[in-house]
Amino acid sequence: MKTGIAQIVAAVALLAAYPLVMSAFDNLFYVSFASRVLIYAIAATSLNLVLGYGGMISFGHAAFVGTGAYVASILVAEGVTSAWIGWPAAVALSALAALVIGAVSLRTRGVYFIMITLAFAQMMFYLVTSMKAYGGDEGLSLPARAELGFGLDLGNEVTFYYVVLALLLAALYALHRMNHARFGRAVVAIRENESRAEAIGLPVYRTKLACFVIAGAVGGLAGALLASHGKYVNPNVLHWIQSGTLMIMVIIGGVGRLWGGVIGAAVLLLLEHLIAEYPIGWLASLAPNYQQHAGLGVGLVLLAIVLFAPQGIAGLFSRRARAS
Amino acid sequence: MSKKFLVVIAAAALALNAQAADRIKVGFISTLSGPSAALGVDIRDGFQLAVKMNGGKLGGVPAEVLVGDDQFKPDVGRQLAERYVRLEKVNFLTGIVFSNILLAAAPMAWDNKIIYVSPNAAPSPLAGKQCNPYFFVASWPNDAYHEAAGKHATDKGYKSAYLIAPNYQAGKDSLAGFKRFYKGRVAAEVYTQLGQLDYAAELAQVRAAKPDALYIFLPGGMGINFIKQFVAAGMSKDIPLIVPGFGDDQDILRPVGEATLGLFDSAHWALDFDNAANRKFVAAFEKEFNRLPSVFAAQGYDTALLIDGAVRDVKGKVEDVQAVRKAMKAAHFESVRGAFKFNRNQMPIQNYYLRVVGKDSQGRLVNKTIGTIFKDRGDAYVQDCPMK
Amino acid sequence: MSSILILEQSLNGLQFGLMLFLLAAGLTLVFGIMDMINLAHGSLYMLGAFFAATLVQATGSFFLGVLLAIAATALAGMLLEVSLLRTLYQRDHLSQVLATFALILILNEAVRLVWGSDAALSMPAALSGPVELVPGLMYPSYRLVIIAVGLAVAVLLFLLVTKTRMGMLVRAGASNREMALAMGVNIRGLFTAVFGVGAALCALAGAMLGPLLAVQVGMGENILILAFVVIVIGGIGSIRGALVGSLVVGIVDTIGRAFLPLLFGAFLPPQFASAAGPAIASVSIYLLMAVVLYFRPQGLFPARG
Repeated sequence: MKTGIAQIVAAVALLAAYPLVMSAFDNLFYVSFASRVLIYAIAATSLNLVLGYGGMISFGHAAFVGTGAYVASILVAEGVTSAWIGWPAAVALSALAALVIGAVSLRTRGVYFIMITLAFAQMMFYLVTSMKAYGGDEGLSLPARAELGFGLDLGNEVTFYYVVLALLLAALYALHRMNHARFGRAVVAIRENESRAEAIGLPVYRTKLACFVIAGAVGGLAGALLASHGKYVNPNVLHWIQSGTLMIMVIIGGVGRLWGGVIGAAVLLLLEHLIAEYPIGWLASLAPNYQQHAGLGVGLVLLAIVLFAPQGIAGLFSRRARAS
Repeated sequence: MSKKFLVVIAAAALALNAQAADRIKVGFISTLSGPSAALGVDIRDGFQLAVKMNGGKLGGVPAEVLVGDDQFKPDVGRQLAERYVRLEKVNFLTGIVFSNILLAAAPMAWDNKIIYVSPNAAPSPLAGKQCNPYFFVASWPNDAYHEAAGKHATDKGYKSAYLIAPNYQAGKDSLAGFKRFYKGRVAAEVYTQLGQLDYAAELAQVRAAKPDALYIFLPGGMGINFIKQFVAAGMSKDIPLIVPGFGDDQDILRPVGEATLGLFDSAHWALDFDNAANRKFVAAFEKEFNRLPSVFAAQGYDTALLIDGAVRDVKGKVEDVQAVRKAMKAAHFESVRGAFKFNRNQMPIQNYYLRVVGKDSQGRLVNKTIGTIFKDRGDAYVQDCPMK
Repeated sequence: MSSILILEQSLNGLQFGLMLFLLAAGLTLVFGIMDMINLAHGSLYMLGAFFAATLVQATGSFFLGVLLAIAATALAGMLLEVSLLRTLYQRDHLSQVLATFALILILNEAVRLVWGSDAALSMPAALSGPVELVPGLMYPSYRLVIIAVGLAVAVLLFLLVTKTRMGMLVRAGASNREMALAMGVNIRGLFTAVFGVGAALCALAGAMLGPLLAVQVGMGENILILAFVVIVIGGIGSIRGALVGSLVVGIVDTIGRAFLPLLFGAFLPPQFASAAGPAIASVSIYLLMAVVLYFRPQGLFPARG
């Protein structure tokens, strides 16, 4: 989607003004909700990097988000409350996990790659579930959000929102620059035709691995933010269904598009929330319990997109075909 | 285009922020689906019955009860709690069945100075070091039924006992409680997965160990499956089974059936308690829902009455949370269990009784009270609680 | 550790493995022949269990109810194949993954709308007692029946695949689809039939396991992942591989649930000992899958030449 500078500035301004408007109405719930959307946007964007740009169908991305979440949580639980230690640690360990998992997985192809990434994610899920010291499948509750210092209280919903927003915009900017750099073009070239890329001398395996690791690292950041936001983490964040949910976000938003992750996260989470909160009269008279069955709508939308609009919602808005 | 866009946004902002009028709002989160749904449904029905019998009011003020299903998932429970506390701005939060969901969701309430009243789970950390002024328990401390069962096992002279519980806080509490009062030998202490439904492996182990008695804490669907499989494996004839009261109440008696006859258990309440409040409750519940209430329904009912009494004492001014707390501590209400008083950690001090499964005059399976195990028992953790 | 205990746990592992085989067999055929990843396979298992719950209640006979449930699920499966899944054969794997993932969501909610979030299914009264296999071992007769049914189905499938014409077409399609097409095999009909058989197997597993586990929405998700592990280990497209893989997974799971906690109990506190066993079992299963994928991605008994 080719967005002009004016539209980007408008979008950012809107996002920046949002929490101020909401707190004017004393509605911190929606500020917190928006923070959650933005965090998932970061996670979905990281998956978009490896899935959309890289063409690697990783069904185990939740493993990296979960690793980040648990690393950040365990540190806080053990008394290390500084975000300056916790969040970089989460990113580093997720990157490490991605390096190990990627190094092994990328030796396989096609459907085997999908399966092996899934296998590794499930392994992490069961490992984490067995860690009774950190809650096991009851999860781990944290006493407070991480501390940023400089007088910034992350417990304040508006402050937290801005921090997340800043990180999301940084991630998107980095992705944008990467696209136009040699690395980004190499990634896309490999996705389009791997044997040709190899033939012209691109280091295929190394490039894919680097892409995988970067995606894992950013996913880990999202995980750390998620754990901090909810002050709670449990093994479900690593479950394969979560990987599926992230994939849905990327698909809905637009595979391989810069804003794909953001749009997908926003649409999915908003849809779920609106369906649960705000009953639509005529729909309720047709199916009285429809609010409990939001999954049906999500499933149908996803199916429709896969069958009819493989470029996702962002693709629907684009008149120009993606540059190949 | 941009001007229209702004108007739409403004309208949305206004709509999202519309507030409500003058009444008590209660957020009720419980497990209403899945194999253990019967527990949450009973608590909900008991709670809503009390409100209905009060003319839809709590403490004389019209009450709105928002009901949500945590689907046995801590993160769903937590999100519901956030919605109720932050968006709906409820005055009270209540309803959760399971300790793991409670520990994930209830902090949302007390971090925002909203009172959480537990109609069921009361894990031991909250009885002691982590006791919280915004956490009240209308049921029992987690260990209680198990302590009583342990004492019963000792009294019955069982030399060895095999223990099984799910691997979560309440499970840990349960076996710790049992061991606290059981003076025999513990043959084994096994923790199964929360929500596990196939016990073939565990049953084989029990059979090999040949204990004098088997004590299980497996609430809801877990218990139903275990007992059925226990009977199917032919072990019910050889090994006496002891359960805490919630291991064989109505939600389990009905699906498992006559195989439960003669089962001993411990509880703080039974259908046959002869006081005015209980007689009224049982009759009304049976009439309204066409089934007998379980101990969970009794707890839900008492929770509503506890809140009702507190709101009445503060004359409906629930915005003064400290006043509500004080009123709640005084517990001015007629409980179906008889006398009710709080310990200083805001968990009940009460009697625990021995019950056995038999048939009532209509041939239905019920628990009958046959003795008292503990009188005025609090819990083992209150000394660590800094509250006064 | 007594021999009775070992025997009983082995039977439990066998029972679990055989039920897993029912799911894996259908999955491996679909994957092997149609080259389609079908995540909704677990939903057919769930559908079978729910149909069984209603039909057993309606007919009053467990046997009849289960039979009808199998037929109903097979029909539902074939309808699904003809209307929707057919369009996915030509698509890439990602689209198949997403579309069938969407199907999981849709079917979960559809079941919830029709039946509610769970249903009750009890084992037949005649089978709810134990049988004395050896002196000292009273094994639940229902589980014995499951083992018997699982073995019978395994034998039947072998016969079907190796001795019948359809089986020959299936093997041809699995080992070389293009050639089979070129030879004029009615691929469409074959595919629908294969899908129907797969759905029937799922329904049988769901209906039989219903009384032991719980019939609830979402019950397919966990067992689906295990089925995928099994077919990867065994070899995509191979029934023999599915059987071997299922038994391996059954044994590992049993060791993890039954024997490891005993071992760990010697030096770990009970809560940790109980948690460590199943965790190690699960991790080992996935580790095994990863190892197979890395060194021998076509599996232990590859169908393709």
